[in-house]
Amino acid sequence: MIVLLFYIGLFGGAFFIVYTLRRGLHARKDFTSLKTVTFGDESAVRADRAASIISVLVIFVIWAAFTGSKLFPIHVPGPFVGDTQFTYTLENADGSTDEATVFVRVPAFGEEAEKFEVEPGSGFAKDDAFAAPAGRSSTILFDKNDEAKRKDGAKIIAINGMPIGPDIKVDTGDGAVRLTGKGAISFTPKQGLQMNPIWLPAPETVVARFFEIASEGYQNFSLWEHLGWSLLRVVAGFVAGALVGIPLGYAMGLSGWFRGWFDPIVEFMRPVPPLALIPLVIIWFGIWETGKIVLLFLAALWIMTIAARAGVSGVNISKIHAAYSLGASKWQIMRYVIMPNSLPEIFTGARVAMGVCWGTVVAAELVAAQKGAGMMIIAASKFQLTDIVIMGIVMIGIIGYGIDILMRKAESWLVPWKGQS
Amino acid sequence: MPELDIVDLSMRFDLPNGSSVQALQDVSLNLKEGELMSVLGPSGCGKTTLLNIVAGFLAPTSGKIELNGHLVKGPDAERGMVFQKGALFEWMNVRENVDFGPRMKGMPKAERDQISGHLLDVVGLQDFKDKAVYELSGGMQQRVALARCLANEPDVILMDEPLGALDALTREKMQGLVLKLWKETGKTIILITHSVEEALLLGERLIVMAPRPGRIHREYNLPFAERGVNADLRDVKKSEGFAEMRDEILSMIWEMEEEIMGRTEQAG
Ligand SMILES: Nc1ncnc2c1ncn2[C@@H]1O[C@H](COP(=O)(O)OP(=O)(O)OP(=O)(O)O)[C@@H](O)[C@H]1O
Ligand SMILES: [Mg+2]
Repeated sequence: MIVLLFYIGLFGGAFFIVYTLRRGLHARKDFTSLKTVTFGDESAVRADRAASIISVLVIFVIWAAFTGSKLFPIHVPGPFVGDTQFTYTLENADGSTDEATVFVRVPAFGEEAEKFEVEPGSGFAKDDAFAAPAGRSSTILFDKNDEAKRKDGAKIIAINGMPIGPDIKVDTGDGAVRLTGKGAISFTPKQGLQMNPIWLPAPETVVARFFEIASEGYQNFSLWEHLGWSLLRVVAGFVAGALVGIPLGYAMGLSGWFRGWFDPIVEFMRPVPPLALIPLVIIWFGIWETGKIVLLFLAALWIMTIAARAGVSGVNISKIHAAYSLGASKWQIMRYVIMPNSLPEIFTGARVAMGVCWGTVVAAELVAAQKGAGMMIIAASKFQLTDIVIMGIVMIGIIGYGIDILMRKAESWLVPWKGQS
Repeated sequence: MPELDIVDLSMRFDLPNGSSVQALQDVSLNLKEGELMSVLGPSGCGKTTLLNIVAGFLAPTSGKIELNGHLVKGPDAERGMVFQKGALFEWMNVRENVDFGPRMKGMPKAERDQISGHLLDVVGLQDFKDKAVYELSGGMQQRVALARCLANEPDVILMDEPLGALDALTREKMQGLVLKLWKETGKTIILITHSVEEALLLGERLIVMAPRPGRIHREYNLPFAERGVNADLRDVKKSEGFAEMRDEILSMIWEMEEEIMGRTEQAG
């Protein structure tokens, strides 16, 4: 909740600052800036570079601020760490009272709470020493060393001189004290707004983890082997899907029998998400390589079939007529007109298919795998190694983005005529 | 011996809703070798249908077409086609588009290069031979389409509003080019147009068609194409008889259009 408010604040603030700075600095003088109708004219809306850069920075700033990163000076308040103390007033069954002090030592997140000793002091209530974990409540059995025990009718009536009861909480400044149902002390050090590294580690931890795993590997395989295997599966499944899907799509675009035969199958399989096929594929092909590649094959197959079919149907009939009147045979029309004409559609389909395959492979590896990006993060999550999980997610995102950029580059190089007719 | 023989051609489209359109009824025509014929008529009178049947893309419901004594059964390199637009191959450059026909026949590269080189000279696109076709202007693209058709040495050239998508000035230049090509190559040409002036300029013979059912309404033999071969087309338009002819045909087409409107109003 607080993070969201923070984010909205930074979004608005950055917008305001950037536009104030820009105003008068330089007015844009290109064609778009001469358009008076820009609201609603989609072509006049361009991604603001500054906004993109700030957006990425903001994510890191929030991440750093909420994890107490050492790379960034401003942090939201962290949890209480260090030594603190409070007194409790114990009332004996006979009505006499005594005070004792509880010394609490709270170590930083992730560090072990170390036991320590204090002098017991005088009276029937003795001083206690307690090592509490940060940000979490823990129960202090204060009467272990006291001469008056709870089972003998002794009970706490005040903390730091402030009265306490079953429903009354006392704030000691560094934490909060409640009484448990059985009358013991429950102490919660101030939590602050920072994240426990188990939920979200600081950016530098993730980066350090990246270098560690990049050089030493994780779970018997190097980082590159994990990522490489995921990629290899995607490429294998995609290539298989394209090799079957494209000819099938062509056949559906060219022959009524093929179209009639496969239409119900393709239209039925298209809306089934590949993830829903995982159980069946596991039953039929096992959970190892065969199963994964079959799954990715199925993920790519329908997309490529539909793309190839659309590519064939999209050919301008004049082109076909012209080719026939120029004396081309059916095979030549296939080779020189229909195939090149369908390439833009096929590339669009290939981009979609690669994206779907990449998402599917990670999910399949989450289910079962010995190596792969998905296996890496699911294995790490079992040991609560959140930094590896986050590193893995970032790598998966970067690779997915990279694949799309490569496909687009290949597209503009191989089909420069896309959208030109 | 007439070259192209169109005999009692009828074409009826049966629509899925049960009704039918008589697009052509008993159309007969003879074209001699080297004749330039333009076809004019209100929208929907069956011009495109006629051309598609001659090209072999459609089979008529009755009647037949003979070229040099043999029956036309389907598309063939002997009948070249120039479309209004969108028929060039964007994945080939200008030269590859032009020598597509010879290439499909398996002609060796040296010969093909000679043909495409010559034709690109004729249409004035020698400097653009390695450009992608989508980088050319509309007029240049139509010149590529003309050259591509000629490279294949067809006996008959069929053009369906080849200049329809061009602006007035480019169009005028292209009309001159069509006349020049006709004279130089001596091809038989059928040209469909919506422009009365174009039909007069680019037709030794002019066919005016009438709609519902599509049929030949009137036929003219005109001197303007012959005049235009050697003179500026603007002078031809000012020459004797042109204005009168234009007005006569314009009012004829106007009458037909009005009749169609009246008929649909009654039907509605
Ligand atoms: N494939 C088809 N199916 C059904 N009706 C058709 C088909 N093609 C043409 N028609 C009908 O045949 C008639 C003649 O069409 P055609 O395209 O030949 O006219 P046109 O003279 O070329 O018209 P325009 O000048 O607008 O190009 C029209 O009424 C049209 O609706
Ligand atoms: Mg037409």
